[in-house]
Amino acid sequence: MNCATYPWMKLAHSVTIPCVSQMLSSNVATVGGGGEHDSIGKSTDSTDGVDKSKTNQGSGPDGQLNRSLSFDGRRKVWARVEAHWARVTLDRSVPSGAANSADKHDPQGAIGEQPFYQRIRSWLTNNPQTQTYQQSPVMTKIENVRMLDRYNNRKPSTGTLYLTATHLIFVDPDAKKETWVLLMHVATVQKLPLSTVGAPLQIRCKTFLSVTFVLPRERECHDLYTSLMQMSQPFHIEDLYCFHYTSSLEEIPRTAGWTFFDLETEFQRMGVPNSNWTMTNLNKDYQLCDTYPQCLFVPSSVSTIVLVGSASFRSKGRLPVLTYLHKNQAALCRCSQPLSGFSARCVEDEQLLNGIVQANPNAKFMYVVDTRPRINAMANRAAGKGYENENFYENIKFQFCGIENIHVMRSSLSKLLEACELKTPSMAAFINGVQSSGWLRHIHAILDTSLLVARSLQEGVNVLVHCSDGWDRTAQVCSLAQVLLDPYYRTLQGFQSLIEKDWLSFGHKFTDRCGYLQSDAKETSPVFTQLVDCMWQLQRAYPSAFQFSERLLLHLHDHVYSSQYGTFVGNCEKDRLDLKLSDRTYSLWGNIASHLDEFLNPLYKSDAYPGLLEPNLVPSNILFWRGLYCRFESGVHPRESIADVLLATRDHSTSLEMHIAHLQKRITAMKTLLDVSSPVTDNRLAVDDEDDEQQLGLRLKKSMQVVDDHPLSTSKSADSVFSDGPNIENSITSSYQLRREIDSVCIDWRSLRNIKECVCSTPFDHSSKKSHCWRCGEVFCTRCLDKQTPLPGHATHRPVPVCRACYREVRLSSSSITST
Amino acid sequence: MEFAHLIKSPRVEKVLVHRPLNKSVEGVLCITGHHLIFSAGGESPDEFWLIHRIIDLVERKPNTPPAAGGTLVLKCKDFSVISFDFQNTEELNNVSASLDCLSSLENQSLYYPFFYQPAYTAIEDGWTAFRPEVEFSKLVMQQQEDWRISYVNKEYAICSSYPSAVVVPKAVDDDVLIAAASFRVGGRFPVLSYRHEGGAVMMRSSQPPSGPNVKRCREDEKLLNSVLKPGMRGYIIDTRHQSTTPTPKSKGSGGFEIESHYPQWRRIHKPIERLQSLLESLSKLVEACLDTGSSMDKWLSRLESSQWLSYVKETMNCACLVSQCIDQETAAVLLHGGEGLDSTLAVSALAQVILSPDSRTVHGFEALIEREWIQAGYPFVLRHHRSALSNTVSRNKENAPTFLLFIDCTWQIMQQFPCSFEFNEGFLLQLARHSYWSQFGTFLGNNELDRHQLQLSKKTVSLWSHLNRPEILRSFLNPLYEPNNRVIWPSVAPMSVSLWPAMYLAYAVDPKIYDDAWRDIAAICEKDKELRSRAQRLRRQLIDLERDAISKGLLDSPSSIGTVFD
Repeated sequence: MNCATYPWMKLAHSVTIPCVSQMLSSNVATVGGGGEHDSIGKSTDSTDGVDKSKTNQGSGPDGQLNRSLSFDGRRKVWARVEAHWARVTLDRSVPSGAANSADKHDPQGAIGEQPFYQRIRSWLTNNPQTQTYQQSPVMTKIENVRMLDRYNNRKPSTGTLYLTATHLIFVDPDAKKETWVLLMHVATVQKLPLSTVGAPLQIRCKTFLSVTFVLPRERECHDLYTSLMQMSQPFHIEDLYCFHYTSSLEEIPRTAGWTFFDLETEFQRMGVPNSNWTMTNLNKDYQLCDTYPQCLFVPSSVSTIVLVGSASFRSKGRLPVLTYLHKNQAALCRCSQPLSGFSARCVEDEQLLNGIVQANPNAKFMYVVDTRPRINAMANRAAGKGYENENFYENIKFQFCGIENIHVMRSSLSKLLEACELKTPSMAAFINGVQSSGWLRHIHAILDTSLLVARSLQEGVNVLVHCSDGWDRTAQVCSLAQVLLDPYYRTLQGFQSLIEKDWLSFGHKFTDRCGYLQSDAKETSPVFTQLVDCMWQLQRAYPSAFQFSERLLLHLHDHVYSSQYGTFVGNCEKDRLDLKLSDRTYSLWGNIASHLDEFLNPLYKSDAYPGLLEPNLVPSNILFWRGLYCRFESGVHPRESIADVLLATRDHSTSLEMHIAHLQKRITAMKTLLDVSSPVTDNRLAVDDEDDEQQLGLRLKKSMQVVDDHPLSTSKSADSVFSDGPNIENSITSSYQLRREIDSVCIDWRSLRNIKECVCSTPFDHSSKKSHCWRCGEVFCTRCLDKQTPLPGHATHRPVPVCRACYREVRLSSSSITST
Repeated sequence: MEFAHLIKSPRVEKVLVHRPLNKSVEGVLCITGHHLIFSAGGESPDEFWLIHRIIDLVERKPNTPPAAGGTLVLKCKDFSVISFDFQNTEELNNVSASLDCLSSLENQSLYYPFFYQPAYTAIEDGWTAFRPEVEFSKLVMQQQEDWRISYVNKEYAICSSYPSAVVVPKAVDDDVLIAAASFRVGGRFPVLSYRHEGGAVMMRSSQPPSGPNVKRCREDEKLLNSVLKPGMRGYIIDTRHQSTTPTPKSKGSGGFEIESHYPQWRRIHKPIERLQSLLESLSKLVEACLDTGSSMDKWLSRLESSQWLSYVKETMNCACLVSQCIDQETAAVLLHGGEGLDSTLAVSALAQVILSPDSRTVHGFEALIEREWIQAGYPFVLRHHRSALSNTVSRNKENAPTFLLFIDCTWQIMQQFPCSFEFNEGFLLQLARHSYWSQFGTFLGNNELDRHQLQLSKKTVSLWSHLNRPEILRSFLNPLYEPNNRVIWPSVAPMSVSLWPAMYLAYAVDPKIYDDAWRDIAAICEKDKELRSRAQRLRRQLIDLERDAISKGLLDSPSSIGTVFD
């Protein structure tokens, strides 16, 4: 099995693997047409008496499960597979949820080259006996598999399970339902006791999808179990998905995203180096500390000897260094625990801390925040580690904060998920489960500590944060404190910097914590999940303070665990350099930058919260995040999404603004045409309108916060909206042209309500992004809306999203115009 | 001054007031017949008025002698706690005694609505806006063969808690109704509550009598069966627990319809918590919410043990069941609990929120509350006399927050369908508040008879007259509203039910942030609408100009004229 375990290695030479990966929303998605979770059917209390029939759903014919596919049936499946493969091949770049990429390739041509695709095609269209899957990327195909879900055990969906190099795919042709599980997302696989119908296999994912498949034979179940166990956690880091993921057809180059962040630039933004803080090259070759970044910022007053001495006194050499300098000169520093044991001390370390105090002209002391519970820190003393003794260090105030360790967090999350998976969940049992998991208590503790740190900095006092090794709790607390303090970190660009700086550069062990590889399960922990959760709590408390939306947090969470992008692979900066990730893999930031619009918060106001956020952290204000932990329970979410409606409204307004500007131009021109003898020129006539337009542009720019030309900042798109297109024909040639221009902009977009599937028959679930074609106003899934073109009815030539039909239409008519 | 004998210290100087979310300030406290007025002198002209009926409980805490004075704590029905520090013990005692009396007057005709004079003239009189004749006229007109309005209860003699006009099947005459009324507790015979699009109806009533000597009632059976189409079955949904309904089946009826006598009906029990335990639950919840210093574990365990969210979930669940019977099975439903006054009304009203698009509009929701609560005889004064923060001494067993439970459930559905309601959560909050304390007469009286005797429509102003003024209504409209003609099926999974912050946590969590967000949302929607009409206007203008140009021969005429414009 050694060789077959990672089939992409074997296959990469001979065939291009059809990039199964990019399918469907968010790598793991249940696309249910059956509406099995819909409406009241979801009511988790079984209602006695009345049968809970499904509602509003034209799901497939019941009672035809397990039928062998008729030719027609196969045609249907084929159409689905074709649609998917078309998407797959087209959107190679777009891994997941966000998938939408413009591309200009003929789907048929691309598809035709995929052997797997051909085999499926031949099976589906012609000969069901063709069973030559062993050599193809479909490693296993199991028929007559039932997929159980918690609420609808009476009518499980039945279909075929495919195991490919990257995904486990369940296809229920009758219900038009597909479930895709990215193998890298698989967290646990469990064989449940055999039942009369077969051998159940429960798969739990790191994205909180939980599915149970009942396989007809125990043997198959065992094989699948073994394969999944091996494929979900490779042995070698180079077998991770990102090294094999190709995205050649995406508009973004492989390099995109790797250059968005530079540590030195970020420190320059804070005004560092300055007279108090300087950059040191001591760690250039990672000699001082191999889990720290190459450039470190330290007080100007301390010598190399002090730094080296301090590093030797800190666990893993993680000496106190600067991570954030507030505008009031208060510094946030981070480190690991000192090797103090019961009484050891280190002069250099004491000098370094004193140097940090001295570097702040406004305070005579600093806080040292140990994020651990006191008892844990005490216990560490026995192992020769521990915490700072206030008697040895001058001018520090020491405090414990009581955030639990990674092991407690890991078991807390698994208890929380148990509460979500209760078979017959009563309100009491659910709240009880949430409480006893302790998860919200931990979230509360993290936020509480972060607020404490942020407040101290706001008051002008330096803070030094550490935990044990200073890469889990310290990363959480430091980054959240910065989010609370500095509005910059609440922009998308700033948030990227924050993750790059405090998580990636300072060595949060993503590989270990996310369990990418087969290794010690005790090293995994949902530390990053907690950061995302805390960010969500803050977003909820301050609806207009963050430039990015919940969707970004979910996308980020997905890809931290998918290892599809190289961004989070490795345990520290050195690892990532050694692996040459920026050459060999794609960056998630590049992907995000190319789908920026989807992740923006329509309520964001850049100037709403210029200062410190002080969230009210009463326990009743910390909520269970249904959108993450129950993400794939499609029935429990709001049926109408305010965020989606607002995003659509925002786009609609933008389209109308551009259309109005265009109409005004045309009216002016028309007036001129009609009034040739008039001494008033068209410029005079148009003066009001143009003022209007300029103001509009200004307003828009302002609302989109102009930072610079960073790819994750939105200023570029705002600019392009109102940079007046030079190529607008200012003369009206024909009435036909006018009609064409007016026709090209839809004033009334279709409502998002009750749209169950895209024209490509991909069912929408609550988490899928529904997008409008700006020309016809219809709703499409992101994959069908992959074209962008300027519309003749818009004042500017900014390309806007249109459906494929409209794209052809626009192209056709524009070419006919130019030809005439 | 009215109530002069009750007010011994009408004005007290130098009182220090502590309010949630506000700084403590010193000022003058005045007591009038209907209000407590506090005014801080000096630089910050801080003033607030409290209507006496908002007060749930008055607590007097004198300082230990020899220190004079003490603290007066007012616990309010909006779940806030306000305390006043007095310097003089006598004044403390006087004020405390006055407020105690004034906040628990028994005589409704002394309540503020009888003294309130609005500063505006209402366009629409809320007292006549929702008469059953109006409300049901459409239905009765359309279905003339099936339904009629009966005035059998004109003198309120058949059922004291029913209105004078009720809608009943046309096939049964008033004698049958009278007989059926004698069979039902409190005379609340089955009447029509709602008729769904597909023709299925929801009836409500009270329970049949219990006890050993009850005989069957043919008229009641006839009344019920008359709503069933031939061959159809109906559902009786009982909001009590099966085991709490007495079951001496051997001897007569046991408080519920016996299968053998109602063969076409199937009975389902969906227990919903009642009166006292509901109030206790709310008390526990509110106390937990007010305790902002507790730990996460403590908070969650108190939230759970209050059981309020469980009750919310159960009520929604029951309403879903009713809706399902009506919408999916097109079956008739008879809904009742015990007296047919509490859980019955909550479920019937909530089912209509789920089923009927009308009830999700402002006017429709007001009509719903008129029909299903006020006219249906929910004893508002009795139930809302005391609320969550009262103590066991001051409350009685008739006090209950069933109406609040319904409003909460509506909010839950609104969370899941934020674009399907014409009104916003502020509207729900207003209704809940006015049902407890108000300057309007709408929620006074325990039933129509009561209201008739109090001459409310003559002597007081209707809440609807106030709410429906455009300048008031504007702030209660949902900017995202897009009419939804479908039945909306809410999720009742535990993770879908959440605590309503604006209702219960308003004094722990500053709601201003959410108000701002909604203002922004409204602005976005408003701007979009504006742009839309502007674009259409410009298009028309352009096309007019084009026509001109063509007629003048300046532009070639269109080869093919499409219908571009809407």
